[in-house]
Amino acid sequence: MATHVQEGSISEVRFGIRGMYCASCALQVEASLKQTPGVVEATVNPALNDAVVLFDTAVANHDALHEAVRKAGYRVAGNERDETEDPPRLSDEDREYRSLMRKWWFGAAVGIFTMVFSYPWLLPYLRDMLPRGSEQLRYLWMAMGVLSLAVLAYSGSQFFTGMWASLRNRRANMHTLIAFGTSIAWIYSTIAVLFPQIFPEAAMTEVYYDVTVVVTALVVLGLAMEIRAKGRTSEAIKKLIGLQAKTARVLRGGQEVDIPVEEVAVGDLIIVRPGEKIPVDGVIVTGSSAVDESMITGESIPVEKSHGDEVIGATINKTGSFRFEATKVGKDTALANIIRMVQDAQATKVPIQRIVDVVSGYFTPAVIILAIVGFVVWYLVGPAPALTYALVVAVTTLIIACPCALGMATPMSLTTGIGLGAQHGILIRGGGALQRAKELRTIVLDKTGTITYGKPALTDVLVVNGFIEDEALRLAAAVERTSEHPLAEAIVNGARERGLAPSDPRDFRAIPGHGVAGAVDGHTVLLGNLKLMRERGVEVAGLEDASRALADEGKTPMYLAVDGTAAGLVAAADTVKPDSVVAIAALREMGIEVVMITGDNARTANAIARQVGVGRVLADVLPQDKADEVRKLQLEGKIVGMVGDGINDAPALAQSDVGFAIGTGTDVAIEASDITLIKGSLRGVVTAIQISRATMRNVYQNLFGAFIYNSVGIPIALGLLYPFFGILLSPILAAAAMSFSSVTVISNANRLKGFTPAVSAA
Amino acid sequence: MTLDKILVLLGGAGAIAFIVWFFWLVKKEGARAVLTSSGYQEAMILVKGGYTPDVIRVEAGTPVRLKFRREETSGCSEMVMFPDFQKSASLPEGEVVNIELMPKIKGTYEFQCQMGMLRGRVIAE
Repeated sequence: MATHVQEGSISEVRFGIRGMYCASCALQVEASLKQTPGVVEATVNPALNDAVVLFDTAVANHDALHEAVRKAGYRVAGNERDETEDPPRLSDEDREYRSLMRKWWFGAAVGIFTMVFSYPWLLPYLRDMLPRGSEQLRYLWMAMGVLSLAVLAYSGSQFFTGMWASLRNRRANMHTLIAFGTSIAWIYSTIAVLFPQIFPEAAMTEVYYDVTVVVTALVVLGLAMEIRAKGRTSEAIKKLIGLQAKTARVLRGGQEVDIPVEEVAVGDLIIVRPGEKIPVDGVIVTGSSAVDESMITGESIPVEKSHGDEVIGATINKTGSFRFEATKVGKDTALANIIRMVQDAQATKVPIQRIVDVVSGYFTPAVIILAIVGFVVWYLVGPAPALTYALVVAVTTLIIACPCALGMATPMSLTTGIGLGAQHGILIRGGGALQRAKELRTIVLDKTGTITYGKPALTDVLVVNGFIEDEALRLAAAVERTSEHPLAEAIVNGARERGLAPSDPRDFRAIPGHGVAGAVDGHTVLLGNLKLMRERGVEVAGLEDASRALADEGKTPMYLAVDGTAAGLVAAADTVKPDSVVAIAALREMGIEVVMITGDNARTANAIARQVGVGRVLADVLPQDKADEVRKLQLEGKIVGMVGDGINDAPALAQSDVGFAIGTGTDVAIEASDITLIKGSLRGVVTAIQISRATMRNVYQNLFGAFIYNSVGIPIALGLLYPFFGILLSPILAAAAMSFSSVTVISNANRLKGFTPAVSAA
Repeated sequence: MTLDKILVLLGGAGAIAFIVWFFWLVKKEGARAVLTSSGYQEAMILVKGGYTPDVIRVEAGTPVRLKFRREETSGCSEMVMFPDFQKSASLPEGEVVNIELMPKIKGTYEFQCQMGMLRGRVIAE
């Protein structure tokens, strides 16, 4: 990135420096900077780890300054392009992962040793060296006991601290189960090694150190894998945070200064060049450009922006350069709001989770009770050696039960689903909205601003009596130029789009309820309704049918007369957003009834409804009655979603089961709605419902899987299959199954990220 | 039935009774949040294998500030969530993170880690 600067001006830059640990380091950096050609002044602050440099932009540039820092043996921080040179800082998550992996390797190494020497009689060579019941083997087992205690203390430490903490609160969790299971195996083995004489049978004096060690190692490995998988679940939010720009080029005291984005204040003038990230929210003061807002709105086509237009922080400036005034910084930016909203939403619960909570509140103690029951039953009626069997059954039961899978089943999917929405410009308020959106059977769409753009545009120009279309339009636009009527704006804009330059009218007069009159380029021009034409004695007989036809299509036709002769018709109408047709078709395909609600008359409403393929129209509905109409639909037994622009539709949005606010850019009416579509397209409704369906399907899969796993695994561990098939689970297999089940739940939630909307930006 | 079997049976029954009593029957007292000069009722919660204390008694209608301090690296507890208040916060190890709540209505408000493995309650009275 070449630094584009004005020739010969003095610029000030501040940047962070990494690797400085003392004041003498700072002096070295300072000296190196001052030696750089073009540097006027350099001050390095060792306390803040930063440098402020005044330099002549004609001689030096940022790259040269950074090079000077590097030459002194330090690194520049806080600048995007230099970030790659910094050693990646370890997050909590990474540290935890590494620590778990170390624990796993230690456990695994000891595990192999204990596995081999717990059953030496199964291996050909060892069988002779260490015969069963020999003194050597007992000493070896004692050594194993010490080693496995080390594994418990190091690799399994979190289970014991976790157990202790939870027991103090009279609660039990996975840690409790694993700690109980592994320590029971260890205590039993140690007693068997030290005091074999207290056991009536020799077969009872076998050791289970391998269970202790391998179970600990496997569960630790499972935890490590969970951390990795979980990191991906919350990737969406990390991506959002990562969107934030790091620096801003601000105009201060007539100079361009690069400052960290945190230091930008409201009112600062910020300069953005092509290819750069817009640092904060604001309004363009000078210049124009196309801005890629896809990261915020999901809209893939860059948006043209010029003087007076709002820009959103974290979006990317494409073509031109411009200056803008910062209006929102820090916590107030659109991006910061979105991040906070997504985080809050991820903190909610899917309603079904409430039931799961009740179950998991009883789950862990219940498992401990089951393990005790298993022990007693096997001891009383099991085959010999009864104590051994009873012990294995109890330990296996403790270990195979996986409260984690149950507890994680819904939150993991919910987090992924809400994050997924955010990536598509859909802000979902919480688990409740997500679950209800899946059940929607009827969607009510507000016409104005939702299906249509909400402001009229020129649609037709019709000429008679030998007038030329462009000339007629030019005259109509000219006479409307000074009018403030919304239809006038449509005509003027329509003329401009065709490349026409309407001149200024003279003697402009607005005739309320009729139209406008004025003189344009020496012609008397009248533009208005039939009444106006009749009063002025203009013959329009040939145009009346055409006018009615236009009105039937939901358009507003206006008669144009030039020098007392009818020239033609100009029509304007609120036009349908191109996405609406596709989105409505997709909704109907999904089995959702689409209803249009509008304050317009039935004729206009039906015309639009026909265009977009809506079957049911509620016309002539006053804004305050919209909520009632939604209620009526609900009384028909339907789960009703309402889509509106969030301001006058607020009561209806609140009344509906799921309210979708269609906002554009920063104007998101987040509060009134359950789901906010940042991009003003109805496609978002389709995508939101699809995400809801996919997420809830994922939740049910996870819950089902976790439930089946526990309700099959625990009975098998208890030995229910033993009387019939002779099947009894080893605690080691149980540990593998337990770890696998929770990893599966998270992986399944991660599968959601493969979701692609069916009606993407086509 | 031999003596050892009788002992195991009795021991098992006793252990089960103890578990039922220990986990389900004992009512938790919990800690009471203290009203400070800031106008908030404050309570400190240690996050280590669980929330200590995990029951916090507060007065309904007065803002509550819970100061969470996480002293472990286990990934389980890195987030604390208050679904009833739609609030969540990540808890960096060793830092005190304040969470402010306004329980307007009397009742029990649960909080938990992201996976719901660790749980606590705020009881507004």
